[in-house]
Amino acid sequence: MSQDNSNRYYIILAVLGILMATYTIRLFNLQVLDKSYKRKANENAIREITIHPARGFIYDRNDSLLVYNDAAYDLMVVPKEMRPFDTMELCRVLDLEIEDVRKKLDKAAKYSGSVPSLFKQQISKEDYGYLQEKMSEFPGFFVQSRTLRSYPQPIAAHILGYVSEVDEQDVENDNYYKMGDYIGKSGIEKAYESVLRGIKGKRKVLVDVHNREMGSYDNGAEDVVAVPGTSIWSTLDMQLQRYGEELMAGKRGAIVAIEPKTGEILCLISSPNYDPNLLVGTARPKNYGKLVMDPEKPLFNRALQAAYPPGSTFKLANGLIALQDHIITTSTVYSCSGGGYHIGSHVVHCHNCGGLNIYSAIQRSCNTFFCRAYYNILSNRVKYKNIDEAYTAWLDYMSSMGFLQVFNTDLPYELKGRIPTAEYFDKKYNNSWNGNTVVSMGIGQGEAAVTPLQMANMLAVIANKGYYIRPHVVRAIGHRDSLNTQFNDKIYSKIEPRHFETVLQGMKMVVTAGTGRGAQIPGIEVAGKTGTAQNPQGRDHSVFALIAPANDPQIVIFCLVENGGFGATVACPIASLMAEFYLNRKVERTDLETRMKELNIK
Amino acid sequence: MPKLDPYNKMSKGFDVKLICYYLALVLIGWITIYSTCYIPDGSTPIFDFGQPYSKQMIWIGTSILLATVILLIDSGIIQHYAYFFYLFCLFLMILVLFIGAEINGAKSWIKIGSFSLQPTEFMKVATALAMAKFMQEGKTANEKRYVWIGQFALILIPVIVVMLQHDAGSALVFGSFIILFYREGLSSGFLVMCIIAAILTIITLAWNETYSIALLTAVFIVFMIANRTQKKKLRRNVFVYIASILFVFSINFLYEHGFEPHQKQRIDTILGKTSDPLGADFNLNQSKIAIGSGGLFGKGYLKGTQTKLKFVPEQSTDFIFCAIGEEWGFFGTLVVFSLYGALIFRILKLSEKQRNPFVRYYGYGIAGIFIAHFFINIGMTIGLLPIIGIPLPFISYGGSSLWAFTMMLFCFIKLNDN
Repeated sequence: MSQDNSNRYYIILAVLGILMATYTIRLFNLQVLDKSYKRKANENAIREITIHPARGFIYDRNDSLLVYNDAAYDLMVVPKEMRPFDTMELCRVLDLEIEDVRKKLDKAAKYSGSVPSLFKQQISKEDYGYLQEKMSEFPGFFVQSRTLRSYPQPIAAHILGYVSEVDEQDVENDNYYKMGDYIGKSGIEKAYESVLRGIKGKRKVLVDVHNREMGSYDNGAEDVVAVPGTSIWSTLDMQLQRYGEELMAGKRGAIVAIEPKTGEILCLISSPNYDPNLLVGTARPKNYGKLVMDPEKPLFNRALQAAYPPGSTFKLANGLIALQDHIITTSTVYSCSGGGYHIGSHVVHCHNCGGLNIYSAIQRSCNTFFCRAYYNILSNRVKYKNIDEAYTAWLDYMSSMGFLQVFNTDLPYELKGRIPTAEYFDKKYNNSWNGNTVVSMGIGQGEAAVTPLQMANMLAVIANKGYYIRPHVVRAIGHRDSLNTQFNDKIYSKIEPRHFETVLQGMKMVVTAGTGRGAQIPGIEVAGKTGTAQNPQGRDHSVFALIAPANDPQIVIFCLVENGGFGATVACPIASLMAEFYLNRKVERTDLETRMKELNIK
Repeated sequence: MPKLDPYNKMSKGFDVKLICYYLALVLIGWITIYSTCYIPDGSTPIFDFGQPYSKQMIWIGTSILLATVILLIDSGIIQHYAYFFYLFCLFLMILVLFIGAEINGAKSWIKIGSFSLQPTEFMKVATALAMAKFMQEGKTANEKRYVWIGQFALILIPVIVVMLQHDAGSALVFGSFIILFYREGLSSGFLVMCIIAAILTIITLAWNETYSIALLTAVFIVFMIANRTQKKKLRRNVFVYIASILFVFSINFLYEHGFEPHQKQRIDTILGKTSDPLGADFNLNQSKIAIGSGGLFGKGYLKGTQTKLKFVPEQSTDFIFCAIGEEWGFFGTLVVFSLYGALIFRILKLSEKQRNPFVRYYGYGIAGIFIAHFFINIGMTIGLLPIIGIPLPFISYGGSSLWAFTMMLFCFIKLNDN
């Protein structure tokens, strides 16, 4: 029998060989050709944990803390690693509805199966402790700690800005970010995002089939240590900022104070404002919605984004230009009589000031003087061929003092303001216009609209007698003495220094014996200028420009209170109190202070 | 009772190659078992008798002792006690049905203290021996028909008991005796019929009866045309055709009622009908990931993440091939393949050369068992076959299987030397 069937030995061997070959090919395919299993194995066993560095702190100019971090815990989920778990228990611990859980899981699964998604933000410390113990009952979930912004004082919300979760656009623009990360969305947080955020670290850990961490992967060879964010010293004076916000309570408007020598913004107030702590963490979406819907528009930064007619404070700039263009000298006298400046039947009203020179014109804020001066600037046919050329030259002077532009430093969303071009008037008046057509701009009314920041910067030009340094809000990065030098170029105006002496002298007289006597501070010589910005929608805006001390300016303040009426009544005392507070670190005029704080104009 | 004369028997020398393959596979097994128990940061002492790798060391030591004893005794004893051994193992297996401990759903273990014995493993070698003896005696029998019935019964009895233990994997292994029967004259037609039945079953389960019927009809028409002049064959064709159709229609019924739900799930997965990588197919999926992630040269010894972190189930026993695939890569799996290939080829070659039919019968019998274990075990880990829990001979952790396979191989080495 064996002899008969011995050929079957070879058949059996052949079949065996075929089977062996099939298995070998299969293995070759599985192990060598198909790379997906390597990836799947890593997804299985290696979890990359992102280490979010603490965001840099923000201090004020005197080392007071403006922004710091609080610990927060986020519950993350990796959909692929999920196994059936006790949904009710999870709902109970996190206080969620089953429907929410399902939605969140669907969303996470849609985003990615293997990349962790945020499941619930900022769970409480108690829930964190509880969950951490029971993590093995919720496979696919893990807790990640991160930090939240926190503000010791509820101030300076506009300028500090806020951080929030990145959106799809952010992730697309910069691959540093992953969904669920945080990014500075406005203010200092946005402008200095790359400094404040630090560098994310990562830790690769091995997890077993029950989702328990089993030590570091490859002895941490691929781990990257997180670099904490760098702290920043703001130019803000926290106490001045808070004081200003208190004074502006119950009013709409803006205050910008600048240290003229450095361009450092000492305070930047927009009222009404909001507590920056409202836009932190889980409460953020709700509160943000409320703030957006608020008819008072607390999110709107009036100091940078509102264009106001500057009122009589604009006369300072026009006076300077008139002096520079030799339209007037310090001894030029214009007469003010007949109720103001007459253009045909139209009158720009004034108070029959009589004959006055530039000093007393500023002191008394004479409309007639500055209308005439402005008209003469635009009618200068010795220097300029026609009105277009004269007007454009005037615009040039204005922009050399910082108008008609954004400073583009580290401030959020500045507005350029609106001062029309010559072409605009050509078109509007069919090429038939002259100085008188636009004369109201000579006294800060009419078509001109500028931002409080630009006005404050103009004051800095006057205080510095000819130049400004672009206003900015961060003075040092990393260390309080490592000064932020990126904005410290001096930008010179087209006005000679000697003319500033003249204007400054006039401004001193405003305070000693003019329209702004309310700005007097005991022991400090103050220069100022009142303004009343006409407001077609309602009561005029109260405006005040202040430089102190007049002979060695430490601070310039531009204050605008919407519907505050005359400059002297509201804006003047507020600016004066702030200057006093800044220079003396205390305020003696407590009655005035109380009155201003309690004043409610809405 | 044959007389004992070790010096005379040893003179020709045992087959050194087989002993080398054996030692190599056992060594690979121990090294891999150690790796599956290895904890990266903790200490993993070589001697810790709560740990499988230390226990396996005892099994290996005792196995070598057992092998030595087998090589020393007279080969006549092996032949002489073949039936007795068969009955003894059968007795243990039936005993298991009453006092057995259940592990992983199969009630096939006798527990004595911390030591468990799986009689099924020994039943395989016993059946091979008894079969060889029975076939040798059957050669001189007058009624060949009864010999076939006897052979069939020798297999069927343990299969029934194993099925009662819910150990379908081992039952399947007994089917490997078909290799022996084929070698000894089983009709090729029968084998072809089996293959056709298998193809029809796969087609029917993977898609539906329509495809099988269509295929059958096409073949039937071809045969009818080819045999159109031979009436006898035409009648036979019609008979086979009708029988096949009945078979096809019975497949789904048998499948629905003949398998446990988890078995059907595993079969459906291999046929590509269902996919549930996180649920029912978790083990298969993880097994493929572990092996597939090994690449060409593997992740390095003790560096396999999938096996270390317990993603692969039963990684020291049924799924031990995963650890090899992951840590040693394609290169390592090729080494294991080569060793098994060489082992099986060697057994077949030596069997073929044997003048003593008893040894040839036995050799083919155990070659079949090794083939079945090897292809079923590895086939399941690489997703070619449904998950069937049987050990990889010599490599998988476990005393019973190592002892039984050692006995199986060394009986052959001893018998072959005769």
